Amino acid sequence: MGRLMQYLKDDEARWGMLFITPSVIFFLLFILVPVALSFWLGFHRWNPLRPLGEAQWIGFGNFHELVTDPDFLRTAWNTFVFVVGSVSLMVVGSIITAMSLNAGIRASGLYRGLFYSPVVTSLVATAVIWLWIFDPQFGFINNVLRDLGIPQPRWTASRDWAMPTVILTFVWREVGYFTVIYLAALQGVPEELKEAAKIDGASPLQVFRHITVPLLMPATLFVLVLGILRATQNSFAVIYVMTSGGPVNSTNVLVVYLFQYAFEFFRMGFASAVSLFIFVLIFGLSLVQFRLIGRRTELL
Amino acid sequence: MAGSVQAAVTRGTSTIHSERLKWMRRGSRLLLYTYLTIGALLVLIPYFWMVSASLKEPREIFQVGINFLPHTFYTENYRILFSDYQIVRWLINSFAVAGIVLLTNMTFTVTAGYAFARLRFKGRDFMFFVYVGAMMVPLQVRLIPSFIIVKNLGWLDTYQGIASIQLIEFFGIFLIRQFMLNFPRELEDAARIDGCNWFRVLWQIILPNSRPALAALAIFTFTASWNNFLWALVVINQPDWMTIQVGLSSMKGEIIPWGVLMAGTFISALPLAILYVMLQKLFVQGIVTSGIKG
Repeated sequence: MGRLMQYLKDDEARWGMLFITPSVIFFLLFILVPVALSFWLGFHRWNPLRPLGEAQWIGFGNFHELVTDPDFLRTAWNTFVFVVGSVSLMVVGSIITAMSLNAGIRASGLYRGLFYSPVVTSLVATAVIWLWIFDPQFGFINNVLRDLGIPQPRWTASRDWAMPTVILTFVWREVGYFTVIYLAALQGVPEELKEAAKIDGASPLQVFRHITVPLLMPATLFVLVLGILRATQNSFAVIYVMTSGGPVNSTNVLVVYLFQYAFEFFRMGFASAVSLFIFVLIFGLSLVQFRLIGRRTELL
Repeated sequence: MAGSVQAAVTRGTSTIHSERLKWMRRGSRLLLYTYLTIGALLVLIPYFWMVSASLKEPREIFQVGINFLPHTFYTENYRILFSDYQIVRWLINSFAVAGIVLLTNMTFTVTAGYAFARLRFKGRDFMFFVYVGAMMVPLQVRLIPSFIIVKNLGWLDTYQGIASIQLIEFFGIFLIRQFMLNFPRELEDAARIDGCNWFRVLWQIILPNSRPALAALAIFTFTASWNNFLWALVVINQPDWMTIQVGLSSMKGEIIPWGVLMAGTFISALPLAILYVMLQKLFVQGIVTSGIKG
């Protein structure tokens, strides 16, 4: 009997290991080795046309160059502006939209389906469509402004307007995503609580301020972190397609800067240093986000 | 019942008060529907503008003033799109890559999630901890080394090369595990006593009960692969191997052929749009239950 139990236990363990083997191989080849290699490259100068063995150790050279490069500082600042701008618009837009959808209106499912559809449109397609809408000469927006007699900005071609343009484009695509998350959180707010407050004579504004907002705080925290993660990483397609970081670096963000150094200037070591910077940023935020998931699943 | 009591109370206290409340309620309704209508227009107009431009002659596109509808339905843009650009090839490439990604994830990601949820073996919890860490590694830090690895494997400009980085989604393993943790142990014990091996337990007992999670995973991986841009841009050098996203971005030259580009954008968005219309509930539920990536 003891031997049978032992056999069954070994059998279970064997199947378990068999089931995870493909993912272990993938993990080694496409996660662990790449991350290690990025750290290694970050301390080297390497021409991608030469073998990897000929890479030259330069210590903190890449990092030193990084923090003293005005373009990098500009790019880091732009990333900050893009993330803060888009995330704050996204949060405000999605809270208002979710609350409107939750107010017991007719056809709310239809509206929800509609507001979510940009999320299903690829970032490249979104960028191309808005590039056309923002076209300085023939685009929809400048045509409307011309008819109204308002001066027309040159949008993606203007150093002042390019950043707001890419932010608005990104926000257009993302609001629906966060609306759905907020909607789920709102449906978790008990009706009785609001009713009780109303009977006690609270105005709708007071109900919002003292009941809805506090109950939405956990969801908001989660949305903020997730929004920052998405904005940092997904900015690539929108900015690469709409402006390629221009004009004169005015929309260049870290992910585009990394791509340019690695695959346009072929400075792999320097680009790896940039990627490590992004890695620390994203990994740290993800840790925070992961801590929040537990709390959030209880909420929903 | 409660409503009528409340109404009676209100009527009793003051008619003026209730009149005011009614107007306030009507006003806020009006505001609500105005907001939602503007929102709906903001979503719809860009799509409309895209389709409309794809059906306009160049003369009409490069004309000052708004014309919502094309004067004639000009299909030349679509003819040029299909004759001068390899859009059919790009679509086939995208479907092939998404097919590979879907296949590997629906097998290996699911079995791994199952193992972490239901099977006991040495090192399981440690490995799961490591995989959670893997979920948090951004693509950017894997980009250059993965390019070097794929290049050395001779996989540049191949389907497996484009698919490689998404063959297994660690987030998917997490998703499947969380779902399968919910089943009672008795569910599989009966099958085990009947002499089923663990694969048959998975196949016959667990999978049929996991449809929502499998659907969420399938939609997530297909969408992620279809919309993959940064990595595809890195591993594709030849036009023949471009996916639809890379192809679309390559259409934007020095002088932008807006009509043709809008036709291409429309065609590129169609497959996911059709899928979305058919499976809308699953798309939205997917992010509510998982809410992590997308």
